[in-house]
Amino acid sequence: MAAAPNSTVRSMFERFRQRGARPTLYIVGMMPAAWTLYLALSDRLGADPAKVLERTLGLWSLRFLVIGLAITPLRRLGGPNLILYRRAIGLLAFFYAALHVVVYVWLDQTLDFSAIWQDIIKRPYITVGLLAFLILIPLAVTSHNAMLRRMGGQAWQKLHRWVYLAAAAAALHFVMLVKAWPAEPLIYAAMVAILLLWRVWDRFIDAPRREQQRRTRAPSQQRGQGTSATKVASRDGR
Amino acid sequence: MRYPHDIPSSEITPKSLYLSRRELIAGTAAMLAGTTALTGGSAHAAPLAAAKSPLSTDEPQTRRADAVSYNNFYEFGTDKADPEKNAGSLKTSPWNVKIDGLVEKPGTYAYDDIVKPSGLEERIYRLRCVEAWSMVIPWIGFPLADLLKRVEPKSNAKFVAFETLVRPEEMPGQRGLLQALPWPYVEGLRLDEAMHPLTILAVGMYGETLPNQCGAPIRLVVPWKYGYKSIKSIVRISLVEKQPPTSWSLQNPSEYGFFSNVNPAVDHPRWSQASERRIGEGTGLFQKRRPTLMFNGYAEQVASLYTGMDLRVNH
Repeated sequence: MAAAPNSTVRSMFERFRQRGARPTLYIVGMMPAAWTLYLALSDRLGADPAKVLERTLGLWSLRFLVIGLAITPLRRLGGPNLILYRRAIGLLAFFYAALHVVVYVWLDQTLDFSAIWQDIIKRPYITVGLLAFLILIPLAVTSHNAMLRRMGGQAWQKLHRWVYLAAAAAALHFVMLVKAWPAEPLIYAAMVAILLLWRVWDRFIDAPRREQQRRTRAPSQQRGQGTSATKVASRDGR
Repeated sequence: MRYPHDIPSSEITPKSLYLSRRELIAGTAAMLAGTTALTGGSAHAAPLAAAKSPLSTDEPQTRRADAVSYNNFYEFGTDKADPEKNAGSLKTSPWNVKIDGLVEKPGTYAYDDIVKPSGLEERIYRLRCVEAWSMVIPWIGFPLADLLKRVEPKSNAKFVAFETLVRPEEMPGQRGLLQALPWPYVEGLRLDEAMHPLTILAVGMYGETLPNQCGAPIRLVVPWKYGYKSIKSIVRISLVEKQPPTSWSLQNPSEYGFFSNVNPAVDHPRWSQASERRIGEGTGLFQKRRPTLMFNGYAEQVASLYTGMDLRVNH
């Protein structure tokens, strides 16, 4: 029974999906940071390079948070299932947030820790941004499989739901730091709002309705199904 | 082989020649890039002669390239790079300024009628943005007081109100669904502030006419106030009795006051005003912070305007 060329291609693709896709994603995901740093070091970021670097890193962190939040709705609405890549995307969001903070502390505030402390206590957009970053730390620390196994799927999932608050805080941080009402931060805030509201709708409105339907249609076929949370966690765990 | 110091200066290409060569290259590039490049922001810049002024600072000037590419001019977009990209479409000629309100000689004045009667001076001023960065810009202009005296304010005139052009077809920030501010952009000064010798109407910078993104063809410069007070591309000046509305305090009254004097002791809710990053100071990414000075370093000249006022309340 010789394997058809078609299935060889498919198995190669499958192997890439399992082994190579995530490293590739990390490399591609770090490109914007590398590119911006390259532009900065070659004096091509304009008059205020540190500021542009700071903003660009923050923006990419928010972008990865949005992408991460979009994965479940995408799958549920009939799109591809990218759950395998969600933790990598979350880690990229953390990576960019950490670089963003480093640039703020080092290049923007020039390591003036009393000024930084004043910023944190007096300026709400800094407080909110710091909140977002602080939330991402335990999520990044617990992101690997060993920690997932040690914590158990449900507890891990519960902890990682804090990303909702982190994303909301990050979007708010962006809206608050700009003057007036430029479109870009509002667009990101709207995306985060839609992705979070979808979850509220899914959990509190759609899930009871689905449950109701299942009960009325096939009462005999009911099986003990795990919650969607444990499903997600176990699938992600491989 | 000769060492560099042996080369007579006559063998070095004169500045006028290499400049014209560069213009030729730039011109060719612009033609190749199509007509949009020809109308680029600084394409209209023309040399402008000006007398030196004792009011100038001798601090190192900001690189022209930085000063014309890092601008807040929301009529052309909210990103700092937007004005340079988008302001090329602005037609600055012909240009009229309506002067009205409490003056003996109201009217619509052509650009030349406003600028020609005054001698142009170079004023090298510090510019402090409310966002806590600063520059040093060699403006070319004349005291606003010159113009105001010519139109003869009436005795009940207490404030001067300014208005920027509204022309959505040339100003992309004035089009579309989400617009950053209500238009026109408006600003104002108390009459004594407007008459102060440091307050100028600028028509040029760096020895040339203003590039569009810097507020061509005529803008205000008030060096002891945050940058947003220095309204760009002015089309109307009104003498009024009551304190006029100003764009940023309309947009967010708790964050922006009418006076907007540079004051390191009064923080903006989102930026500490205690220090500033001088654009171009330091190397590359490692910019320095320097302490911000009261009235942006012009306290000696202007502090007396505010004697007895609580500058925390009247921020």
